[in-house]
Amino acid sequence: MSEEPLFDPSLKKRKKKKTVAFSEDPLGADADPTTPAPESIDDVTADGVAVNMGSKTLHEQLASEKQSAKVGGEDEEENEFGDLKKKKKKKTIPLDLPEEGSGRSTPVGEGDDLDFSDLKKKKKKKKDIPLDLPEEGSGAATPVEGAATEDLDFSDLKKKKKSSKKKANLDMEAFERELSESKTKEEDEGEEEGEANAAAFNDIDETEHGENPFARSEEPAHQGSDSEPWLGSDRDYTYPELLRRFYSQLHAANPTLLANSGKRYVIAPPSVAREGNKKTMFANVSDICKRMHRPPEHAIQYLFAELGTTGSVDGAGRLIIRGKFQQKQIENVLRHYITEYVACKMCKSHDTLLTKENRIFFVSCESCGSRRSVNAIKTGFQAQVGKRIKNKTG
Amino acid sequence: MNVQNFATFDPFADEGDALAAANQDVGSQSNYIHVRVQQRNGRKTLTTLQGLPKEYDAKKLLKAFKKEFACNGTLVDDEEAGQVIQLQGDQRQKISAFLVEEGIPRATIKIHGF
Repeated sequence: MSEEPLFDPSLKKRKKKKTVAFSEDPLGADADPTTPAPESIDDVTADGVAVNMGSKTLHEQLASEKQSAKVGGEDEEENEFGDLKKKKKKKTIPLDLPEEGSGRSTPVGEGDDLDFSDLKKKKKKKKDIPLDLPEEGSGAATPVEGAATEDLDFSDLKKKKKSSKKKANLDMEAFERELSESKTKEEDEGEEEGEANAAAFNDIDETEHGENPFARSEEPAHQGSDSEPWLGSDRDYTYPELLRRFYSQLHAANPTLLANSGKRYVIAPPSVAREGNKKTMFANVSDICKRMHRPPEHAIQYLFAELGTTGSVDGAGRLIIRGKFQQKQIENVLRHYITEYVACKMCKSHDTLLTKENRIFFVSCESCGSRRSVNAIKTGFQAQVGKRIKNKTG
Repeated sequence: MNVQNFATFDPFADEGDALAAANQDVGSQSNYIHVRVQQRNGRKTLTTLQGLPKEYDAKKLLKAFKKEFACNGTLVDDEEAGQVIQLQGDQRQKISAFLVEEGIPRATIKIHGF
């Protein structure tokens, strides 16, 4: 009650301490709209399917952090709120699946290679060769085994690489061929496909959901074990299976495709800070609006309507919002704003203009030329909160 | 002889406000069920449900909500929004789940807020 825990970053605890003084809040579980992300996430879904939820052990996390840092440096367009996610990673909340999947499946070569050399120091010699990434990806992307087996996997990989090193064969294709020879064929294919599948499916999902620019979907990655199940039986293949096969082959054939499709809409993460006890400051609102090509008033109006609160813009162009809000909450609202008022519904482009004609807002796409009307922002019913005495009419 | 006044069709007639019609199309929020959340003092919140279709009895629904979510709530009459269900706490996901379970299409439920 007396002093604020400086070290504690989570708002929730602070609030609890303030209001209830270390006792459990009876309303707590229900009333808290800001349930924080769980500290650690099981990588097995309810039906027992293993999902790659990112790194679990410190070791893995270190590796993935390095990797993501590198990948992020290479194609920054890929992850929206890049810095934010990195920050989150430091907080050890392994959440962002699609990004990692795509990051691993983009066989950029050097970054990952370096990464691996960091992970296992013995492989330093191979820095100049773009290694076969499908296998690396599969090693990392099959989360069915824990960390221990993953280690095994790596050592396996290493051995193979050593054998190939002896032959001093630097040709990429020959290298791949050797690897596939050393492995059993189906296994290799299956894993490769599964890995590509996961990436492809994540892509699909994202585009289907209106391409959330801050996307952090947590769909379970499709396992590659059922890549071509129709081979064994005499049944016909289904459409999803064929689609999966198509994507896997497409991405296997031209791996640059994934990297190119990663050209996505980036927005700086909203910098949100508490101002005083009951106000929240949203500092870079004008930057974000500039990035979205939207008048700040429009976005601010939407923010206020969605958050059900009021606020003002201070002299330095920062937005002061009444009420306590966390960054992720603001981010969520912004995400909705973008899907509703910025993104083009036809081509998913964010290069759009908002015009007003006869009291109706229209969004016209700059890249595909489509035009659509958007809903006016309405606050809707606002319940009476706070003291009644302040409200003269009530 | 052609007298304009006798014609059944009046070319200058007011064809209705085209704008109004468009407005109704565009800004129509009436067919959505809006579920909003509002912050109160501290970490307390308030959930409002607006735009319930006429065929549902708001009073009974409120009673069911209160029992199901173990929270208090009230029915507020608003001039614009009509009857609004107001519940204590952040019940947005629960409301949405409840309504979907009762057969209201998910597309008509709009959840606002953070």
